[in-house]
Amino acid sequence: MLEIAGLEAGYGPNPVLFGVDLAIGEGEFGTLLGRNGMGKTTTIRALMGLITPRGGSIRFRGEAIAGLPPEKIARRGIGLVPEGRMVFPTLTVRENLVATSANRLGLKPEWSLERIHALFPRLKERENQFARTLSGGEQQMLAIGRALMTNPRLLILDEATEGLAPVIRDEIWTCLAGLKREGLSILVIDKNLATLKRLADRHVVIEKGRTLWRGDAEALAREEARVHAAIGL
Amino acid sequence: MFAAALALLIALPFLAKAFGSPASIGLATRILIYTIAAASLNLALGYGGMVSFGHAAFFGLGAYVTGILYHHFISGDPLFGVITGSNALLVTMPAAILVTGVMAALIGALSLRTTGVQFIMITLAFAQMLFFFFAALKIYGGDDGLIIRRRNTLFDLNMRDDTTFYFLCLGLTLVVFFLKARIVGSRFGRVLEGIRQNERRMQIFGLSPYAYKLAAFTISGMGAGLAGALMANYLRFVSPDMLHWTKSGELMIMVILGGVGTLFGPLFGAGALVLLETLLAGWTEHWQIVLGPILLAIVLFRSDARALLAKAFGRGS
Repeated sequence: MLEIAGLEAGYGPNPVLFGVDLAIGEGEFGTLLGRNGMGKTTTIRALMGLITPRGGSIRFRGEAIAGLPPEKIARRGIGLVPEGRMVFPTLTVRENLVATSANRLGLKPEWSLERIHALFPRLKERENQFARTLSGGEQQMLAIGRALMTNPRLLILDEATEGLAPVIRDEIWTCLAGLKREGLSILVIDKNLATLKRLADRHVVIEKGRTLWRGDAEALAREEARVHAAIGL
Repeated sequence: MFAAALALLIALPFLAKAFGSPASIGLATRILIYTIAAASLNLALGYGGMVSFGHAAFFGLGAYVTGILYHHFISGDPLFGVITGSNALLVTMPAAILVTGVMAALIGALSLRTTGVQFIMITLAFAQMLFFFFAALKIYGGDDGLIIRRRNTLFDLNMRDDTTFYFLCLGLTLVVFFLKARIVGSRFGRVLEGIRQNERRMQIFGLSPYAYKLAAFTISGMGAGLAGALMANYLRFVSPDMLHWTKSGELMIMVILGGVGTLFGPLFGAGALVLLETLLAGWTEHWQIVLGPILLAIVLFRSDARALLAKAFGRGS
C-alpha cells in the first residue's frame, strides 16, 4: 500500500532525512521507531506533502505521490493524526468531526458520527463542547476520530500517546487494535515498544535520518535488544 | 439583546419624527448600509482571515452598476449596444450583486495566491485600479461622478420617502445577517474558521483552502456590492470616492470596532463610526485628528484587533 524508498528531505539548507525506507501492506499495522530528533516526524511531513522531498520515492497504492500538495495526498486515502493533536480549538467536538469529513473513495462501511461515538463514547458526551476545553486524552480521541471521518485507507498516528495517562493510552491502543481487526492499514510513530510489538506487523527503526533496521514482528522478537538500543529504551 | 436592538431599529423612524429629528432617519439608513458592507467584509476578514484592503472596489462597483444602468435608462442608449438601462431595483440590485461577484471572483482568484502583507497590498492595488478607471471614465462623469435623479423603483413603494427606504435597508440588513449566520454555521463556515486557524492543518484532511477562501471572498464582495447599490440609491449619486482606499479603511475600522468575526458586531461598528464621524464633524472640521487616537486606543486595547494585525503582518497564527 505505502512504499517509501530512499527518502531524502529537510528544512531550508538543513537536510534531515538521508534515505528512509518503509513499506506497509494492505491491512497491516506498521511502526516507525527512533529516538527524538532522528527524523520520524520529518518522514511523515514529507509523506503528507507538508515539506517537499529532495530525493527518493513515495508510492501509495502504486501511485507516486512525492511532491503533491497535502490535500491531494490526503484525498488518496491517507488520514493523519498529527503530533500535538492539533484539534481546532474554537470549533466544537461535533464541528471538528464534521467539518473535514468526507468519503471521497466511497469506502464501506463509511465512518459516521455514530461510529466515532461508539468508538469513543466520551466524544458523544462532549459533543457540543469547544475542543479547547477537552483534556489531552479526549483531544487525542477527537484527533483520531477526525482523521477517521475522512474515511482513510491508511491511518497515520504521530506520537498518538505522548503525554497521556496510562489508562487513556490503553484506551487508544485498544481502539487501534479494533481498527486493525476491521482491516484498516495503520502506521504509528511511538516509543511504546512493549505495546507495539503485540499490535504491529512491521517495524522500521530510523536513526540520523536513515533506516537502521526494518523487520516483521518475528524479526523484532529475535532482535529486540538491538531495536531497544536504537530507540533508546 | 437582538430583539431589543431590532425593536429600536423598527421604532427609530417614528421616534425620529416624534422628536423632530427626521434627519436621523438618513443617518440610520447610512449606518444600515455600512452595516451590510462591514458584515460582508467581516465574512472574509473575521471568519476567513483575509485582510482585504480593497473592499471599497466592490462597494463602489455596486454603486456604479446602479448608476450606469440608471444613466442608460434615462438616455435610452443601450449599454454596449445591447443592455438596456433600468431604474427598477429588482433589476439594478441583482445586477450590482452579480457584477461585483464576478469582479470579486477575479480579484480573489489572483490575490489569494498571496498572503499577509502581500494580500493586503494586492487587494489595495486592484481597488485603486478600479478607482482610477472610474475617475477617468468621462462618459459616466469621471471625477465628478454620476447623478441619479430618482431612486430605483420597487413595486408601488414611494422610494423617495426616507422612511420607506430606511425600512428597505433594514429588511436587507436582516436578510444579510440571516444569510451570514447560515453561512458561518454551515460546514462551509466551520471549514473557513478552521482555515483561519491553520490552513496547513485543513490541507492534511484533503481540503483546498484556496477554493474555500475564494468562495468566501466572492460572497463577501457580493455583499459589499449590494451595500454599494443601496448607497447609490440613498445618495442618488455615485462617484469614484466610493472606491477610494480610505473607504476600504473605513469598512475595516467598522469591523474592528464591532468585533472581528462576530455576527452582529458590524452593526455596532458601523453605528459607532458613523455617529463618531457625525458628532466630531459637527464639533470641529479637523475631526479626523480626534478620531485617529480613539481608533488607535481601540486597536491597542482590543485583543481581536491586535490578533488581526499580527496575522496581517505575519506575526501570528
